Amino acid sequence: MSPVVGKPVNRVDGPDKVTGTGRYCGEIVLPGLAYGLIVGAAVANGRVVSIDETAARAAGGVFGIMTHRNTPKVANQPRLIPSLAGQPAPGESFFPMQDDVVHYWGQPVALVVADSEEAAAHAAALLDITYEPGVPVATIADGRASATQAKTLFGGLMPATDERGDVEGALAAAEVTVDATYHFAANHHNPLETSVTTAQWDGDRVTLWDSTMGVRASQLTVASLLGIPLSDVRVITHFVGGGFGSKAMVWPHVTLAAMAARHVGRPVRLALTRPQSFTSNGHREEQEQRITLGAGRDGRLTAIRHRKLSVTSPFDDWAEPATGVSTQIYGCDNYLGDHQLIHGNTMTPTFTRAPGESLGSFTLETAMDRLAYELGMDPIELRIMNHPPVDNHGNPWSSDGMADCLRRGADLFGWAGRDPTPGTRQEGNDLIGTGVAGAGYPVAFMMPVQHARARIFHDGSVVIQTSAQEFGIGVTTSMSQVGADGLGVDMDVLRFEAGDTDLPNTTSAVGSMGATMQSSAVHNAATTLRNDLIAHAVNDGKSPLHGLSPSSVKVADGRMTSTLDPSIGESYADLLQRNRLLDMEALGSWTPPGMDTPHGLLTFGAQFAEVAVDKDLGLVRVRRMTGVFAPGRVLNPKLARSQLLGGMLWGLGQALLEGNQIDRQSGRWALNNLGEYLVPVHADIPDIQVDFVEVEDDVVGPLGVKGVGEVGQVGAAAAIANAVFHATGRRMNELPMTAEVVMNGGGPG
Amino acid sequence: MTMRPITFFRAGSIDEAVAAVSSHPDSAFLAGGTTEIDLLRLNVVQPTLLVDVNDLPLTYLEDVDDGGVRIGAMARMSDVARAPRIVERYPGMSQALLLGASEQLRNMASMGGNMCQRTRCSYFRDGQSPCNKREPGSGCSALTGINRGHAVLGTSEQCIATHPSDVAVALVALDAMIRTIGPDGTNAIPIERFFLRPADTPSIEHPLAHGELIVAIDVPALPVARTSRYVKHRDRASYEFALVSVFSAMRVDDAGNVAELRLALGGVGTVPWRAHRAEEALIGRPATPENFAAAADAEFADARTTPMNEFMVTFAKRAIVRELSEVTS
Repeated sequence: MSPVVGKPVNRVDGPDKVTGTGRYCGEIVLPGLAYGLIVGAAVANGRVVSIDETAARAAGGVFGIMTHRNTPKVANQPRLIPSLAGQPAPGESFFPMQDDVVHYWGQPVALVVADSEEAAAHAAALLDITYEPGVPVATIADGRASATQAKTLFGGLMPATDERGDVEGALAAAEVTVDATYHFAANHHNPLETSVTTAQWDGDRVTLWDSTMGVRASQLTVASLLGIPLSDVRVITHFVGGGFGSKAMVWPHVTLAAMAARHVGRPVRLALTRPQSFTSNGHREEQEQRITLGAGRDGRLTAIRHRKLSVTSPFDDWAEPATGVSTQIYGCDNYLGDHQLIHGNTMTPTFTRAPGESLGSFTLETAMDRLAYELGMDPIELRIMNHPPVDNHGNPWSSDGMADCLRRGADLFGWAGRDPTPGTRQEGNDLIGTGVAGAGYPVAFMMPVQHARARIFHDGSVVIQTSAQEFGIGVTTSMSQVGADGLGVDMDVLRFEAGDTDLPNTTSAVGSMGATMQSSAVHNAATTLRNDLIAHAVNDGKSPLHGLSPSSVKVADGRMTSTLDPSIGESYADLLQRNRLLDMEALGSWTPPGMDTPHGLLTFGAQFAEVAVDKDLGLVRVRRMTGVFAPGRVLNPKLARSQLLGGMLWGLGQALLEGNQIDRQSGRWALNNLGEYLVPVHADIPDIQVDFVEVEDDVVGPLGVKGVGEVGQVGAAAAIANAVFHATGRRMNELPMTAEVVMNGGGPG
Repeated sequence: MTMRPITFFRAGSIDEAVAAVSSHPDSAFLAGGTTEIDLLRLNVVQPTLLVDVNDLPLTYLEDVDDGGVRIGAMARMSDVARAPRIVERYPGMSQALLLGASEQLRNMASMGGNMCQRTRCSYFRDGQSPCNKREPGSGCSALTGINRGHAVLGTSEQCIATHPSDVAVALVALDAMIRTIGPDGTNAIPIERFFLRPADTPSIEHPLAHGELIVAIDVPALPVARTSRYVKHRDRASYEFALVSVFSAMRVDDAGNVAELRLALGGVGTVPWRAHRAEEALIGRPATPENFAAAADAEFADARTTPMNEFMVTFAKRAIVRELSEVTS
């Protein structure tokens, strides 16, 4: 048997998904199940004056109505910290229905529980709620004057400013400068499955089936808010229909489901409707970014100043950190990155795929393209020249690959011989252009120790367990591969179990860290069990392997053999049965190196795009894309390709289609459904090529796995914008690049 | 999303359907339901009785004596789009149908229902913003709100909601006739009189009595329509409403002058927009890009824009000039 890690194995849960036997959290059926529906505020700022429940209660089938008047007070409101940190991780440090104040449109003001979804919806519509409305401030246009410099982001976890050298002096002295300002519309995640929680109490203990990216985060947050022991909260999640960051943090509806179940004395399923998913689990915030580059005529960067202004909620200093890549992907002695915030009438924004760095990199990578034109240099060579062997602290990369990604991509895409002159290629009504961008995404070691358990039964079958759930990316498959290789068994005898807080801890699968964390813990559990079994055999007088050194025993297909004489050996099952052991198990742990590890930690890539721009109408269509990435060891190239391809399509959507605005009069999101919040459809999706550059990394875990969840999106929109410039000669300063943006010359910048 | 108790009645005949709706003040017909069910769930329309007309024998397509086609009101959009007599005689209409919605929706949606399709204005559809179309007298949130996709032609101080249909654009160009049966008997309404501009009563979109049922759409014979075309420009490549769409059927005589022209626009008007001014500006004149541009200017001379949708005027004019130029060449 050859190793399965690195093989394009099909998804082991594919049949469950396509036949519908896999149960998502909104499909858990429990005796006496009741259905909850949140009623969101119809104003964005103000106060609930009255709630008349008479008609709603009379509607029939209603088990209970919760409002600020009868909702239990939360015990401990945790502060906002990314779920990757392994602590309680509320999406916002605010819990609704504790008083009558409305901070944002759609904020839960009531929760109706009834005997069917329809009855709950009917009763909810009959609630007569009156408000004392205030004037909402929810946009940059309305809040600009109140912007303040943020000190820290993420509840103090990250500094909001990153400064080194003398950026102003270096800009003043620079031979060449580029200065650009961008406006980016807000984005919403829109996974196919809107968030849903089913809650069931048994005495003092509650079980939640929660569509989350981290069962542990849900457990920690709900236990804190309810003020009950962690051991009394169990969270189970076997299938999740996409997250993209919307399920990375724990939003109020999860705890409200538990409160509602206790309120009505029945299990309760609380699902967000599609419109509610625009007001209940965060968003990528509306933002402006300005970047100023200084460089020598030779192309060497001498200064980068990168500033961001964005809108956050009244209660949290949230900004997607936009400067984590721009501070280090290119070497530059003088750097300033900072974040300004407007506190407005929105909920707290949140992680949205490639958080921070997708737009931060858009800013940087389109500015680098401007610089290349300014200097008359090839944009690939400019990037390679400026990409350093060390990070901004002088630490060597744990693994690099940036230059190789750019070069491999250039080969695959056919970059050589490109005429850089903008606006010179036309086919019919279309102007044709090509563009490139670099990509990087941080590897963030903020998580605690990770655990997994490997267990083998005396018939040779194996179960490997860890808590963090599958949420669509394929970990059930890739961890089966890792476990099989680690233990030396065939994948067919192994079952990977996850998505349950009763299992050994792994942290939320967020921040492109899921595969790294889980594979490290699973590998260590599997190899620990293998070593235990080998030790048992060589110490067992009845084993044919007795007396051998453990290092001269190898395992394949569940059979231990001597490396000196392959005819000598026995199976795990033989060993266990002979010794009347029904099973053996081992716990594997992985301690991440920590944030202060002396290594540069980015996953690198390169993006290429070719566009056709309607010369009169400004409509942009992407003709082809090439992405090359260096994510360390690739556990399963089929799954990794899907992740990266999906990320590139997110970049396409972000570039051309996705954007939401808040209506300035009402403070309401203008778009709240998939008919009008546009994401790419198949007809928008061109030929996409994904390839890998192999890099070895012995820092990021025993298998050297970096993530592929986000980096596929980083740089994709920038490559498209650079291609639009190449096609039209117009710089794009606004996303999405809609027809009028292109027609009118690219936006405000 | 809301739900309300509702009475459902499946009509077995046209007379039964008309009687059921006209005798009940809060009733509505239900055809394909592809818009109406959404609006029910969004609390935008609130009938207490739904009269299903899907069983009525109205799915036919048949020739009418002068070489035109009569389309039964319950004919599905996907069937009409692929019917040989439509593809041959009115290719632009077939194209308009196929560029609307998605195949799944077209398989459900009926031709009569499409004529009653409601606007996508988000303030109309949210069920709670001030909206004169949904709640007469409450005001128009779109005038100063998010109005990138709102109409620039046929608007009023009361409403700037865009009419969303594609096929209706073709039908106004073709001078179709809407045939109805109502409590007062049969009626035939020229299609341009069927779509009412908002003016002071944006809630009244059609001259239909309560209980008056569309039973057929007559498309008259029109030889020039055999080379008609429909082009739809939109942000994404499929499954989206038009930014601007153009239906054209043009004949240029041997001298190079426009002899016949049918031109209509989608995405820009409060109703499916027949470009009469552009047609008049071009008939009898040389078919040149300069004249096409002048005709497009004439059509949009009274356009009323907002900062968000003013690009639509330039966009639409360019789309018209391009389309007529391509037809000519």
